[in-house]
Amino acid sequence: MKERLKQILNSYHNQREALLPCLHLIQKEEGGLSEEIALFLAKELNLPPVEVYSVASFYSMFTVKQQKAKYIIRVCVSLPCYLKGSDKILEVLHKELGINSGEVSADKKFFIEEVSCLGACGKAPVMLINETLYDNLTPEKVREIISQLKDENSTEEYSQTGL
Amino acid sequence: MKIVLRNIHKQGYKGDIESYLKEQGYTALKKALTLSPSQIIEEVKKARLLGRGGAGFPCGVKWEFVYREKEFPKYVVCNADEGEPGTFKDRLILENDPHLLIEAMIICGFAIGAEEGFIYLRGEYFKAYQILERALEEARSKGFLGEHILNSNFSFHIRLYRGAGAYICGEETALLDSLEGKKGQSRVKPPFPTFVGFKNKPTVLNNVETFANITQILLNGGEWFAQIGSSHSPGTKLYCLSGDVKKPGVYELPTNISLNQLIEEFGGGVEGELKAVLPGGVSSSLLTPDKLDVIMDYFHLQEVGSMLGSGAVIVINKDRCMVDLAKRCAEFFDYESCGKCVPCREGTKRAREILVNITRGKGELKDLELLKELAEVMFDTSRCGLGQSALNPVRSSIEKFSQEFEEHILKKRCPLGICSLC
Ligand SMILES: Cc1cc2nc3c(=O)[nH]c(=O)nc-3n(C[C@H](O)[C@H](O)[C@H](O)COP(=O)(O)O)c2cc1C
Ligand code: SF4
Ligand code: FES
Repeated sequence: MKERLKQILNSYHNQREALLPCLHLIQKEEGGLSEEIALFLAKELNLPPVEVYSVASFYSMFTVKQQKAKYIIRVCVSLPCYLKGSDKILEVLHKELGINSGEVSADKKFFIEEVSCLGACGKAPVMLINETLYDNLTPEKVREIISQLKDENSTEEYSQTGL
Repeated sequence: MKIVLRNIHKQGYKGDIESYLKEQGYTALKKALTLSPSQIIEEVKKARLLGRGGAGFPCGVKWEFVYREKEFPKYVVCNADEGEPGTFKDRLILENDPHLLIEAMIICGFAIGAEEGFIYLRGEYFKAYQILERALEEARSKGFLGEHILNSNFSFHIRLYRGAGAYICGEETALLDSLEGKKGQSRVKPPFPTFVGFKNKPTVLNNVETFANITQILLNGGEWFAQIGSSHSPGTKLYCLSGDVKKPGVYELPTNISLNQLIEEFGGGVEGELKAVLPGGVSSSLLTPDKLDVIMDYFHLQEVGSMLGSGAVIVINKDRCMVDLAKRCAEFFDYESCGKCVPCREGTKRAREILVNITRGKGELKDLELLKELAEVMFDTSRCGLGQSALNPVRSSIEKFSQEFEEHILKKRCPLGICSLC
């Protein structure tokens, strides 16, 4: 990890602009910022560690607690999606996965997050699962997507979560 | 009339560099390199293109400010942080015609004397990220981007930078702080980014759609552009129709279109019976059906007490409870306030609390006065546009649908049975 971070740091000449790109990589690979990595970044960027933490906790896509889930489900709850039934979508997800928004399922497979507009309001309601957008959702469609994800038993690398 | 979506609307158009080159791609850049910077800026000024990100500031004037600055280096930044709920036009351009943006940014760099540009992209736009990375690589490999562009003395580089889930980073000064690797909190203006921008250097910051008009303005001339649409803000606008409308989507139309035409002719009409419209997203004030004739440009929407913003037209039908929707809007701003200034940080929180109480049957009549007063204080004293406009939908729904609010408060009853008052 540190090697890959160094590459990013180098490409920004160790200027603090490198911080967000580094945090994106950390989030994706490790599911959150650990103390060790935070101290490493602080040293490399010549910043107080608290500054690294404060930036990481400001952005909703980063977490300072490592929290892994294979699938991060981001459900849009902004007005246009709400008008098209995003609350029903959330209800189905909560029920099917047995967790509330902001929680990771017991098998560490799913994490649900309520997010602001995802820029797909013409096809509301929508959600992102990891990097894939699902639109024109209905409760049935959501049940189908979730049951497919539950069924597959691959052990691929875990990806990021966000709070 | 299609300017921004002229390629995207063509059958089989793929948005890669080959398709783009077949549609006059990079000919505007070639032309620009034969002109002087001031000639380019003159064309953009003649076009009277207003910024499409929300504030509606004249693009050519902005470029000229930066051009005249003596400080170097200068920067070009594209605001691709699209986050205003109900806005989904920039993503359409980014994913389907990325070179349109890239070419315009290079031209801007040449015009103002910059050698470096940034695209600040919303963190959640994963697909657009991949597409832009590839497009930038294509442009570099064809010699449109990088050192000595098309064998000229002009060099320009573009970096793609990802945001990380903060609506406030769409505000230009917060965006610049974020781009510098800091928390995205807004700066005090003035000074404006044109003078003190990225790393305190002169910076042109424009929205994706604004840039997307540039190549056609250069190829056809500013006067051509200025004749299209409304004389107050010429050209076309990408209107994003969402909510209770039969055919939601992005529609590029001349700016002299009326709200009624937009909804009826293009949106296929209202789903159900019309109650209200938010013409500029959840930061704008509600319009009632008697205002449907309004022309959808910056000037006319302001005249009827609302705003065009980014062009997020959210249609609301009679099955919706306005108290519930006002609460939703307040929740959004409470969540997204960056916390830098007190009026907005505390105001958005209190507004949400009060509205939640009303939807639970615990409101009092004086709450409505309190909310209106809060809206006024926040408008006057908040540091940036988020706080200044956060309570627009709340205030306007209290003004226009007072009965509904009163019924929740006095009779502890939601006329539409949506709020579960207990
Ligand atoms: C809270 C807030 C959010 C904003 N979000 C965006 C955005 O997502 N995209 C955008 O282009 N402009 C946004 N703006 C407007 C920018 O501050 C700025 O005016 C604009 O990017 C300038 O570009 P333009 O002149 O081309 O419109 C936002 C403004 C505020 C106050
Ligand atoms: S108005 Fe709100 S978003 Fe803007 S600086 Fe103040 S707290 Fe931050
Ligand atoms: S409101 Fe859900 S994608 Fe825009």
